[in-house]
Amino acid sequence: MVIDRASEKKKIYALLEQVCDPEIPVLSILDLGIVRDVSFQEDHLEITITPTYTGCPAMDMIEVEIKAILQENNYEKVKVKTILSPAWTTDWLTESGKEKLLAYGIAPPKGKAKSKRALFAEADEIACPQCKSENTEMVSQFGSTACKAQYRCKDCQEPFDYFKCH
Amino acid sequence: MDTSVAYILHLADNALILGQRLSEWCGHGPILEQDMAMTNISLDLVGQSRSLFQLASDLEGMGKSEDDLAFLRVGIDYKNCLLVEQPNGDFALTIVRQFFYDAYNYHNYQALLKSNNEQLRAIAEKSLKEITYHLKWSSEWVIRLGDGTEESSLRVKNAILSLWKYTGELFTPVDYEIEAARSGLGVDLEKIEILWAEEVNKIFDLAGLKVPERGWMQKGGKKGAHTEHLGFILADMQYLQRTYPGQKW
Repeated sequence: MVIDRASEKKKIYALLEQVCDPEIPVLSILDLGIVRDVSFQEDHLEITITPTYTGCPAMDMIEVEIKAILQENNYEKVKVKTILSPAWTTDWLTESGKEKLLAYGIAPPKGKAKSKRALFAEADEIACPQCKSENTEMVSQFGSTACKAQYRCKDCQEPFDYFKCH
Repeated sequence: MDTSVAYILHLADNALILGQRLSEWCGHGPILEQDMAMTNISLDLVGQSRSLFQLASDLEGMGKSEDDLAFLRVGIDYKNCLLVEQPNGDFALTIVRQFFYDAYNYHNYQALLKSNNEQLRAIAEKSLKEITYHLKWSSEWVIRLGDGTEESSLRVKNAILSLWKYTGELFTPVDYEIEAARSGLGVDLEKIEILWAEEVNKIFDLAGLKVPERGWMQKGGKKGAHTEHLGFILADMQYLQRTYPGQKW
């Protein structure tokens, strides 16, 4: 049987696009950049994913959802492999993913991931996703999920999440 | 037990027990943001322990799950150092415990980037991104409290006095660590101690705190001889798996 692997892969990616991050449901797992590979093994299809943070509680759910959507579409034998290296970085978030985050009220990561060792370093200037003011301040490096920091807008007073550069 | 399995379990148990300790702050933090910081760090540590338990299970080859290793061993089989099992105390004590541990953890994982085990290198690479945040957070709080009010400074000094005796164990290798360092799986703790001392000196200096003399040090945790506090954490942590075996969330 000759299978057109390229178009087959395209179809699989289109299905994966429908799997969302359960904690940030506006983002697909492709937007997040956590799908690292799709490959056809001898008797099964293998999807390779990587966690954003090691303790990310969404990973098990994402694995279940990947299997479910592929099995619904006649890919019966699916294995989901989790790898840790290379370690996920916000540099892998897609541009459309960043736009979706902003529209959802979460400030997307700004700039490239850099070292976090500097003590009391100036926090990045992040525009408020509500009123767009840059007059904001970081409240805490740790936010509602492992991947986010907490900010506050000093103009419109709204607290907001920032998807931190990582 | 194979020494490489013991070594990985030691790393995993450190992360698991400190993660469990920090999770006790959930809903009790001094302010909401710091409550979330501590539970975020807890989540990172538990996540790291999960990867390490998987690796230990693979190396052991007995088909145990990470839950078996995390929840179904008895106290003397846990190989975490005594520092991480110490009770939370007040916020200052939690901060000092975290800082002593983060400074060790950061440099330990930096060195593990060169381990001869590919999966351990991958875990180190991933974990370091998270540990870097932890170390920055605990360092900033040591400075803020040490150089803060009379009360905050006093509390940090008391915390240092009560925890200092547990720091020596971090750098006193036991048999499986000596073997891991020799084989290339693990690290040379003497080198880590130098980097740790530099880190502590730097931050204590900024915080206006004095680094105690080395003095007499407690040890035993890495070989299963724990303080009485471990039993209480295990009772809490293992209750669900022992009462309802095989439960998943």
